[in-house]
Amino acid sequence: MSFAIIFLIQAITSFIATCAFGIIYNIPLKPLVHGGLIGSIAWLIYFFLYQSNGNDFLATFVASFVIALMSQIFARLCKNPVILYSVSGIIPLVPGGLTYTIMSRAVGDNYNLAIHLGEKAFVLSGAIAMGLIFAEVLYQIFKRTFLRWNRNRPDRIAIFRK
Amino acid sequence: MNGLRKVNQNGRNTTANVHELTAVCMLAGKILLENGAETYRVEDTMNRLARSFSVYEAQSFVTPTGIIFAIEGCDVTQVVRITHRGTNLRKVTEVNSLSRLAAGGKTDLESTHEQLKRIDRSTRGYKEWLQILAAAIASSCFLLMFLGKWNDLLPAFIAGGAGQAGVIYFHRLTRVKFFSEFMSSILIGLIAWASVKAGIGMEINKIIIGAVMPLVPGVPITNAVRDVMAGDLVSGLSKSAEAGLTAFAIGTGVAFALALN
Repeated sequence: MSFAIIFLIQAITSFIATCAFGIIYNIPLKPLVHGGLIGSIAWLIYFFLYQSNGNDFLATFVASFVIALMSQIFARLCKNPVILYSVSGIIPLVPGGLTYTIMSRAVGDNYNLAIHLGEKAFVLSGAIAMGLIFAEVLYQIFKRTFLRWNRNRPDRIAIFRK
Repeated sequence: MNGLRKVNQNGRNTTANVHELTAVCMLAGKILLENGAETYRVEDTMNRLARSFSVYEAQSFVTPTGIIFAIEGCDVTQVVRITHRGTNLRKVTEVNSLSRLAAGGKTDLESTHEQLKRIDRSTRGYKEWLQILAAAIASSCFLLMFLGKWNDLLPAFIAGGAGQAGVIYFHRLTRVKFFSEFMSSILIGLIAWASVKAGIGMEINKIIIGAVMPLVPGVPITNAVRDVMAGDLVSGLSKSAEAGLTAFAIGTGVAFALALN
């Protein structure tokens, strides 16, 4: 299959899959489509990064970073909670398939492989978390540095207020 | 009674009292927490609501199983127990925009309370058949995303839809989340096995991974990590325990179905 066809299939399927997740989570229509767009872009980044160098930690990290950054921007523009945009985009990155493999290996008495894969799943979840938090920190730094009019408004930063 | 005095001084909301304000904040927090908002958002929204009605000394403590809300200087402290948690982000959005309205001074206390009660009662959202269809479509899309074969599209579609329908049905039957997830992953495993046996499907692993994805606890995992990083350690750890339990239920369910054969 040529590159263009693979690109097209991945883009369309990831968009539809993320939107479908939005329906399961009861997200209103407009954020649903925005979230689908975010999920699709992030999945394309993950997919081609993984295909090109085979490092899934890096690919997961970059993709979740992009999701968090775009979610922050969309949330700010449309005045909606960030979780609306980020949650369905994260789903394809969550190592669900890996978790299934771990369990089926463990049930099949193959404990060494199960523990090995379990560590991998843990690291990948950490990559998602780090991507999310890095984007958030970067966004806050950007806001503090460049948007000076925001300074005299107290409590704009909910997550790092404590 | 500092907060109350300030309300009276402002000349706005003169009939408002601290008890109704507490009820409003509690209801808002309860709706948010029951429908999948992050812990810091729940605490932040409650404090903001209090502040927008001129009570500046409110404290809230939120864990996944309960909320404590108190106003300093008044004898007002309330506890709410949260027994079930789902994901309905439409309600989260509605409460969020209501809190924005209140912060802008566009609603008074009574109408905010009425609005919150309406949001709490409302069952507006996507219908169940649409959710099942969405899960089925998502499963077959995931199959293609994970580079599965086109032949496996139909088995993944059926298994994913059956999995979501199973979760809804078994949850209504027993109200035990672990059990419903376990049963529906058994269902998914059996459908995938049967389809491969009948010659419709080819790769059983890809079918199962695609079909299981709608059950994967994406919201709890995301929220748990954010909570831990934001310093809400209690909520973060208990949410990751919940997510881990769900992952365990899915894994053992599928493995159980495959071991049956």
